[in-house]
Amino acid sequence: MWQILSVGLKSLLLHKLRSALAILGILIGVTAVIWLVAMGEGVSYQAQQQIKDLGANNIIIRSTKPPAEALRGGGFIIAYGLLRADFERIVTNVPTLSQAVPMREITREARYLDNVTDVRLVGCTSKYLEMNNLRLARGRFISDKDLESAENVCIIGADTARILFPYQDPIGQFLQVEDAFYVVVGQTESKTPSAGIGGSMSAQDFNLDVYIPLATLRARIGDMVVTSRAGSREGEQVELSQITVTVRDLEQVDETADIIRALLGRFHPVQDYAIVVPKELLQQAQVLQMMFNLLLVLIAGIALLVGGIGIMNIMLATVTERTREIGIRRALGAKQRDIVSQFLSETIVLSATGGLLGVFIGFLCRPAIVGTRSLVGSLFPDVISSLPPNIQQLEPRLAWWSIIAAFLISVGVGVLFGLYPAQRAARMDPIEALRHE
Amino acid sequence: MAEIKMAAQVIDVHKDYVLKGGITVRALRGVSIDFPEGDFVAIMGTSGSGKSTLLNLLGCLDRCSSGKYILAGQDVSQLSDDELSEIRCRYLGFIFQSYNLIAQLTVVENIELPLYYQGNTSKEAKEHCLALAEMVGLKERLDHRPFQLSGGQQQRVAIARALVNNPRVILADEPTGNLDSATGEEIMQLLEALNAAGKTIIMVTHEPDIAARAHRTLRMRDGKLEQHTPTGALA
Ligand SMILES: Nc1ncnc2c1ncn2[C@@H]1O[C@H](COP(=O)(O)OP(=O)(O)OP(=O)(O)O)[C@@H](O)[C@H]1O
Ligand SMILES: [Mg+2]
Repeated sequence: MWQILSVGLKSLLLHKLRSALAILGILIGVTAVIWLVAMGEGVSYQAQQQIKDLGANNIIIRSTKPPAEALRGGGFIIAYGLLRADFERIVTNVPTLSQAVPMREITREARYLDNVTDVRLVGCTSKYLEMNNLRLARGRFISDKDLESAENVCIIGADTARILFPYQDPIGQFLQVEDAFYVVVGQTESKTPSAGIGGSMSAQDFNLDVYIPLATLRARIGDMVVTSRAGSREGEQVELSQITVTVRDLEQVDETADIIRALLGRFHPVQDYAIVVPKELLQQAQVLQMMFNLLLVLIAGIALLVGGIGIMNIMLATVTERTREIGIRRALGAKQRDIVSQFLSETIVLSATGGLLGVFIGFLCRPAIVGTRSLVGSLFPDVISSLPPNIQQLEPRLAWWSIIAAFLISVGVGVLFGLYPAQRAARMDPIEALRHE
Repeated sequence: MAEIKMAAQVIDVHKDYVLKGGITVRALRGVSIDFPEGDFVAIMGTSGSGKSTLLNLLGCLDRCSSGKYILAGQDVSQLSDDELSEIRCRYLGFIFQSYNLIAQLTVVENIELPLYYQGNTSKEAKEHCLALAEMVGLKERLDHRPFQLSGGQQQRVAIARALVNNPRVILADEPTGNLDSATGEEIMQLLEALNAAGKTIIMVTHEPDIAARAHRTLRMRDGKLEQHTPTGALA
């Protein structure tokens, strides 16, 4: 066995360039399989992670601004979105919920002494922290008592703290929004912003937030947002930006979503809200990934097929070139199967070498992608920043099954495409082979 | 008179080649001949008379169209391809006009090759190879490649290779055809020595001087044996 391989190796070394090209074909195929699968896994892992972040048991209902022609009432104030009454209706009418969290968000300017920044001002309840997997860096979050008495307290995000309180502990300081002051009672840890996952969930960044009790927001700021644009004043009236409900049992998520859909549909003639069901997104993402993997297998199959044809081509040339040698070996007592195994071992050495190198380069996937990204990023920063965030942050994930499969398939391709040239060599008439020039 | 042991026997052998156009070339038309053990035969004849065809049949590289060929006591004329390979491996040694060494193998590796197909990789076998290399005077050249050797040296390697499986019969198709007369002479001395040691040698040649070194000469014409110098020359 070893002897067969070493003979194969020797004759391959005789034609280094030719062998290298054959190996390259297989190498590219194997590398393509591993890299593509790793990137696919990376993307889908990211998406699934983000969806899981939203909570598979949750249903998220968000206010969305309907198209202009469908708006309620006239005048310069437009009212749309979820109502506090909707929240009450959901809580009283949907029995499968373990909790429901209302939230209202607006963009406002926050100030501390001379430091100013635009923040996302979030009016919420005590459960908001846990539901968004946020963690406190210091202090506390909104308490039920804060809510009841509409206290002027706030909890700030990591970036908010960095910008407004660069050199000091923000706890106990007063943060100003419009003409009201809020005592900072806590600060959240920094959280990597999540990319948009499709549906009506856009990207979420929690770092430049200021959280205040929902009741406080209503009392201090109200539902109305007035913006002046090009001389005309425009007002929007939104009671709640979002209601997040948690379903007690994962099995009941779809059903519950249907109930909520029906319930809201009855009170909203205009579609001014959207329902996001992370569980459905997760299932969609998984189906998508399966289709994606199927596509990859197809591409990889084509790549390996091309590699295999390359090997076959080279082996046919080798067989023709070594006709005389085949005749000599046959005269010295080689059986047909000895010749087959000789040439087959060469193709296996070729394809397995290509496979191993491909696996090796496959392992370089991550550094290669990260390196390319930082290189392109330093040369053309615009190109990178114009990419969608889930590509900007793509972390390839090597899949063991793809490595093993790619290697085995490459060897299989070697056997498959080597068989014909080897058979051809073995079937030659020894006398004619010996006479070959 | 003691019974003469036969190394090989050819009985009324015919060989036809059917060409693509349906034309049949009758390369051998009924050849019968015995080769006793220890024989040293030269086959001569005009070009196209069927010498190589006969030698290929004797070498089990081909099967005859009709007739019988008995080698080492068994009829090998109707064996399968694998069985013929086995016979070549066990009983036959080949020496070719153009040496036919394998270019990418060294001298020792070339000599060892038949053993590899016998599945014999024992230590004694290796030593046997070295002894043969020494016998043909190439002990210093074991790791050389064929292209680094002269024609005569290459033919010596081929002879060592033909001997390594300890064959019953050695078949040589114009072994001196590519060599000058002095080198050819050396090769003939080697073959004579082998014959003296008991090997049966069947050799095709065009040169009468070379043929004269054999015990007897067979002449072929149009696929038939023409003249038969009696085996009596065998002392
Ligand atoms: N494979 C083949 N197909 C068709 N005809 C063949 C084949 N091999 C040999 N012949 C024919 O058989 C005849 C005998 O050929 P062979 O090679 O035995 O001659 P030879 O005596 O060895 O000649 P030379 O001295 O030139 O080597 C020739 O007429 C040749 O054309
Ligand atoms: Mg001839």
